[in-house]
Amino acid sequence: MTKGEFDVKIGLAEMLKGGVIMDVTSADQAKIAEDAGACAVMALERIPADIREDGGIARMSDPAMIKEIQETVSIPVMAKCRIGHFAEAQILETLEVDFIDESEVLTPADEKNHIWKHDFKIPFVCGARNLGEALRRIGEGAAMIRTKGEAGSGNIVEAVRHMRTIQAEMKKLTTLDQDEMMAFAREMGAPFSLVQEVAELGKLPVPNFAAGGIATPADASLMMQLGAETVFVGSGIFKSDDPETRAKAVVEATTHFLDAKKVAEASTGLKNAMKGLEMSEIPEGERLQERGW
Amino acid sequence: MIIGVLELQGDFAKHHQILAKLGIESVPIKSYHDLEKVEGCIIPGGESTTLSILMERYKMINPIKSFGESFPILGTCAGLIMMAKSVLDNRILPLGLLDIRVNRNAYGRQIHSGTKTIQMHWKGSIFSIPATMIRAPKILEVGNNVKILSDWKGSPIAVMDGHHIGINFHPELNNVSLFHEILFQPKSKNYYKPNQEKNVS
Repeated sequence: MTKGEFDVKIGLAEMLKGGVIMDVTSADQAKIAEDAGACAVMALERIPADIREDGGIARMSDPAMIKEIQETVSIPVMAKCRIGHFAEAQILETLEVDFIDESEVLTPADEKNHIWKHDFKIPFVCGARNLGEALRRIGEGAAMIRTKGEAGSGNIVEAVRHMRTIQAEMKKLTTLDQDEMMAFAREMGAPFSLVQEVAELGKLPVPNFAAGGIATPADASLMMQLGAETVFVGSGIFKSDDPETRAKAVVEATTHFLDAKKVAEASTGLKNAMKGLEMSEIPEGERLQERGW
Repeated sequence: MIIGVLELQGDFAKHHQILAKLGIESVPIKSYHDLEKVEGCIIPGGESTTLSILMERYKMINPIKSFGESFPILGTCAGLIMMAKSVLDNRILPLGLLDIRVNRNAYGRQIHSGTKTIQMHWKGSIFSIPATMIRAPKILEVGNNVKILSDWKGSPIAVMDGHHIGINFHPELNNVSLFHEILFQPKSKNYYKPNQEKNVS
C-alpha cells in the first residue's frame, strides 16, 4: 500500500462529506434513501435496532442482497463485516462495494485483532470512542473514522460522548510539548507517528463522521456542530413512522446544520421518531460500543 | 474577487483550502442568495444525484445558470456532471454550462479509482500533474466550441467552454491549484483573461 493508494481511499471519504449515509436492508429502502438525497447507503440484512432485539450472531450480509442494492442505486454502496473477520472483508472486496465498515454492530469474529486494512484496495471505515481507538484503526489502514455511539438505541448521548472525547483529546494534544507526546501516545495506546501527525494538523488525518443513535434532523445538526463531517443514520430512518419524509429532513438538516431556521423547517410535522432506549435499559454486557478496542 | 464554493454536499472544504493558498477569499454557497456576493463559483465533487436533488429542492438550478452567463464556474467530478449539457442518467438535471455529454461512474466503482500523472495543455505549455479519479465520470462527446485541456485513454478529462472549466478528476485532493488559477486568480500568469477572449470572439 503506497501513500498514493491510501490517499485515493481517503479521497472517496472526502466526497461523502456534508452528506448522510443511510442503513438500508432492501433495494426499495436503498431507492428511498437515494431519492431523499443520501450520499451513500450501508447495505445490511438487519438494522441495528433489530439485531439488538433479535439477538443471535450478526454476520456479513448475503452477497445477493448487496448486489441487488448495487444494481438499484448509483450512489456508493457500503457493507459491514465482523471485527477481525478478514475473510468476510475479502468477499466484500470481490463484490466491489465502495467502502467496508468493520463494525461493532455485527458480532466480533476476533476479540484481540482487527483487520489489517492496508491489505485491501477497498477503503475501510471503523468506529471509535476516543482518540486512541481512532488512531489504532487508522494505523491499521482505516480511511474514515466514525463515532461508535450506541447503534440501534435511537439515543444520541453516546455519539455525543464519543465525538466530544475525540475532539477534547485532539485539542489537548495540540497544546503538548514534543517531550510530552510519547507519554501521551503510551497513555492512549496510539501509534506515535499518528499522535505527532494529529498534533500538527489539529485534526484526524482522515475524515471524521458521526454514527450511533442519530434519529432526528436536530441530532444530525448537533453532531455536525460538534465537528462531525457527515452523519450515518442507521435505525433512525427506517424504524420511524415516516421514512421518506424523515430521510429528506435529515439530509436538509445536515446540509444546513448551522442554519437553525432551516433545521426547524426540516423538523416540522414529522411523524414519530423511533422509540429509542435509555442507556440504563441496555445492560452493560449488551452495549455494542464495547466490542473492539 | 470573492469566489463561492457550493456547499450542499461533497469535498467543498478542499476547494476552500486551495483558494486560501492562492490568497483568494472564498465563501460557502448554500442558497441562491449567496451567489449575489461572489464573482465566480466552484461546484465540488460529491455525489451528483445528491447534488442534483438538493439543487432542485433549493431552487438553485436557474440562478446558477444565469450566474454562469456572466461569471466563471469550475466543476470537478460531480461538478462536471452537473455542468454538462447532457447526462446519460435521467435522475440528473444538468445545468448545461458545458457543451458536453457525460456518463456517470463510467470508469467503475471505488476499487477502480486511482491517481495517474496526466499532461495538461495551457497557453502553449504542457503541465504534468497528478490526477485522482474517484468513481469518475467519462466525457463521451464535446461540442465544437469546447477546448480539450487534457485527455486520458482516448477521452477528454478536462475541458473549457467559454469561461467554464469541467474536470473529471480532483486537483483539490492533490494540492494542484492550476485550474483555480486559470479561472479565479488574475495575478497568475495562467489566468485566462476573460475580456480578451470576448474580444476575439
